[in-house]
Amino acid sequence: MHLLRKVGFYVIALWAALTVNFIIPRLMPGDPVSLLIAKLGQRGPVTPEARASIEVLLGTDTDQPLLAQYVDYLGNLATGDLGLSVSYFPAPVTSIIGQTLPWTIGLIGLATVISFLLGIGLGTVAGWKRGSWLDNLIPVTTMFQSVPYFWLALILLFVFGSVWPVFPLNGGYDIYDTVPGWNAEFIGSVLYYGTLPALTIIISSVGGWMLGMRNMMVSTLSEDYLLTAEAKGLRPGRVMRTYAARNAILPSISGFAISLGFVVAGSIVTEAVFSYPGIGSALLQAVGSNDYALMQGIFLVITLSVLGANLLVDLLYSVIDPRTRART
Amino acid sequence: MALTTQAAEPVGGAGGFLAGSAPQRARRRRLGLPPMTAKLAAGLIISGAILLFGLLGPFVVQDPTRVDDIGLTGPSSAHLMGTTQTGQDVLAQLAYATRGSLTIGAIVGVLTLLLSGFFGVVGAYAGGWVDEFFSLFTNIMLVIPGLPLVIVISSYVPDKSLLLVALVLSLTGWAGSARVLRGYTLSLRNRDYVLASRVAGEKRWRILAVEILPNLIPLLASQMVFAVIFAILGEAGLSYLGLGASGSISWGTMLYYAQNGLALRLGAWWWFVPPGLLLALFGAALSLINFSIDEIINPKLRNQTRAARRGWLMSRKQLETAKEATL
Amino acid sequence: MNGPMPAPPVRPVVSAPVLTIEDFSVDYLVDPVVHAVKNVSLTLRRGEVLGLAGESGCGKSTLAYGIVRLLKPPAAIVSGRAVFHSREGIEIDWNLLDAEELRATRWDKISMVFQGAMNSLNPVISIRDQLEDVFTAHRPELGRHERRKRCAELLERVGVDPARLRAYPHELSGGMRQRVMIAMAMALEPQVMIMDEPTTALDVVVQREILREITRLRDELGFAVVFITHDLPLLLEISDRIAVMRAGEVVELGDALSLYTDPQHDYTKQLLASFPSLTGERGSFVRGGMDERLLALDAVRLDDPNAGSTA
Ligand SMILES: Nc1ncnc2c1ncn2[C@@H]1O[C@H](COP(=O)(O)OP(=O)(O)O)[C@@H](O)[C@H]1O
Ligand SMILES: [Mg+2]
Repeated sequence: MHLLRKVGFYVIALWAALTVNFIIPRLMPGDPVSLLIAKLGQRGPVTPEARASIEVLLGTDTDQPLLAQYVDYLGNLATGDLGLSVSYFPAPVTSIIGQTLPWTIGLIGLATVISFLLGIGLGTVAGWKRGSWLDNLIPVTTMFQSVPYFWLALILLFVFGSVWPVFPLNGGYDIYDTVPGWNAEFIGSVLYYGTLPALTIIISSVGGWMLGMRNMMVSTLSEDYLLTAEAKGLRPGRVMRTYAARNAILPSISGFAISLGFVVAGSIVTEAVFSYPGIGSALLQAVGSNDYALMQGIFLVITLSVLGANLLVDLLYSVIDPRTRART
Repeated sequence: MALTTQAAEPVGGAGGFLAGSAPQRARRRRLGLPPMTAKLAAGLIISGAILLFGLLGPFVVQDPTRVDDIGLTGPSSAHLMGTTQTGQDVLAQLAYATRGSLTIGAIVGVLTLLLSGFFGVVGAYAGGWVDEFFSLFTNIMLVIPGLPLVIVISSYVPDKSLLLVALVLSLTGWAGSARVLRGYTLSLRNRDYVLASRVAGEKRWRILAVEILPNLIPLLASQMVFAVIFAILGEAGLSYLGLGASGSISWGTMLYYAQNGLALRLGAWWWFVPPGLLLALFGAALSLINFSIDEIINPKLRNQTRAARRGWLMSRKQLETAKEATL
Repeated sequence: MNGPMPAPPVRPVVSAPVLTIEDFSVDYLVDPVVHAVKNVSLTLRRGEVLGLAGESGCGKSTLAYGIVRLLKPPAAIVSGRAVFHSREGIEIDWNLLDAEELRATRWDKISMVFQGAMNSLNPVISIRDQLEDVFTAHRPELGRHERRKRCAELLERVGVDPARLRAYPHELSGGMRQRVMIAMAMALEPQVMIMDEPTTALDVVVQREILREITRLRDELGFAVVFITHDLPLLLEISDRIAVMRAGEVVELGDALSLYTDPQHDYTKQLLASFPSLTGERGSFVRGGMDERLLALDAVRLDDPNAGSTA
């Protein structure tokens, strides 16, 4: 029942995302299709099929009823046809997404996991030892939380790229001296180039996780079962982890959806600052050149990735909290 | 209030810094105000100062758009915070930008409050299928990432008014608050005194207005503060990407021009540091205020604040002994 | 274990103390200071049930937590001490233990059952894990297999199906959770068990069952019990001696029968008078005839095979 509800929700959310993606270009002023096709025409010949697929995706002024357009649109998506890109002509949108998405998932995914674990860990300790130096550090980390991602990125770039140049200014890897592939130089270069962007995301988001976890730890510590655990003479580490933190972490996990939205938003801008070859940069590139098909495709993929991440976290939640599991 | 309290007492004095006298504390509590702690005072002072700067600053500084031939000079007596690439006064720009960002924050704050209040409070209070539907809608809005949506929408509209940007930001940003409000309203709805008024046959809207809303005020306040922070951050991001309202000046547009004017490469820190710093400071100040509101909402947190601990009459040795024995 | 006893459990007269509380005072150091426990001196004898009665807010819980030093700031023990006397004749002054000794001594010597049957168990780990935790912390030498066997035995002893070991707290009823707590309290066979209103949150029928369980286990295992409640009639049934507390002080201490028939302190008289079922029918109160008193005290009548055999 619980699982069914969850799955049901994600199906509906998926449908909503597809529909929003369908409606926006049709609702907006202007005629994106002819604009796009004119632009495509400047770059090279546009085949009738390419034209048709763009019309299906972005809507046309033909008198085809909306419902029929919608069915066509879903059909196109089902075959993985997201149209052609202008800015990367004549590459299809899907191949651009395929190239950029791994970079973003690697960067944001890794940075988010690190920041989550770090924040939860620090928050656990801060809440456990209230009034310690770590606990008193919390207001400072909140300060970092309200620093805009891109500004922090600019400052980091300024300090570590210009003033004290230890990190590269932009890009995802050394394009001159390494060959993309599973070789040590390339992976090393990716890590080296990714450090500053990842650091930006971690510094900006760790404070939020930490504060939330710290406050939940404090609330949890006054629960009866903690007194029981203490009276039982369990080792402090065990009490902290299995009795306090295990319960305190639940709201952080169920609030993950809210936070992930902000992290994704911040990361897009961060990618822009570092010219990182991820999907955020591609989105901005598309926006800059009115590449509507690419833009819609990227929006769709970002939304689906966020949905997927939320589904994963939801499943994790039901593993940690038995109360959601057993309901029938 | 904050300023007078601070002036009256030695700053950083042991123990009682800004804690206020006992009757004063009692009065604040009666009025539903958070106790005046150092955190709250700092938050109020910083955000108040920035607010004043945004309100009054534009009246005293020079024209922010006036171009001069002394481009990109550091702080001097003529230009307290230096000039931009085209010789515009950074301080003047900062004043107008502060006003612009705060305006956006205020509009979005109110709009978000209305939207999240409607979907969160009304839904949870009405219950039944209305709640089911509202909550489903809220959760869907929550998992659709806001900024990409805003970027996509903005790109279709080349000429945007400030109001349009504010509207888009609030449409994509209300869901988180709504979910928090819903959870809290649900718990209020099942409290004894609300159930009692129901049994007594009070009108539903009256119960909502008299019993529920007053209890929601601290939470509404904290959610609004969050909304303001994220609106200002969102607008800054959007403007930094060049997708903000046309013709407006905000912290984000300043950073956009600084970036495009190669301020970073040329080391013109006076250009790109102040807007971001103000933004961070304002956000931090609002967060500090939110800490204090949190402590009203959650009594378990309140008992662990430093102010509460300072109220204990325990000697260091007694605290040590207690610490050794328990968590 | 003594095995089943055909005769009514006439408790062996033992006078050796297992826990002595001397001049114990606890303050809540807030403004103004609350003197929650004032100069309390009590002796708990081996194997006895000592009732601690008093209206709510009089400091019963504070005393109980104070004994094992579970009080959190702003509470502080301002005078006195609690001394545990082991069977081997070693004295353990609870106040002198350092953090690690305190941890190792808790539950092993004195275990507790708390009031919040609903919230005393960690909601996110299974009953088995919570029972096993006690053994891993205090009997690290036990193997996993042995630990699990003991957990099952413990549950069986309190009348819960060992299959429920896999359950999580939310899957158990309030009564079952409290039985699990009692099982947990017995895990290390401590000589003292402090029960702070263990049945207050439960409905009357379940309350009776739990009380009977506690009495039976006490008879089998011979641990001493400090039983805390505001319910004086209940204490009269199950205690050997009763201490009456008021505003942080023990105002009267005596064996249950004499406290009932011949209360000395005015407050005790008041307390007794405030329970209507106790007044009037004095003849029905017979020491040891527990089941009969159950019937006299409660509107709920339980069919018990042993009823009448002890009268
Ligand atoms: N944290 C605290 N701060 C101040 N006073 C407290 C605190 N906790 C309990 N008290 C006071 O201590 C007294 C004893 O409380 P308690 O031991 O819980 O009573 P009982 O268990 O008998 O109901 C009460 O008067 C109560 O108001
Ligand atoms: Mg109590």
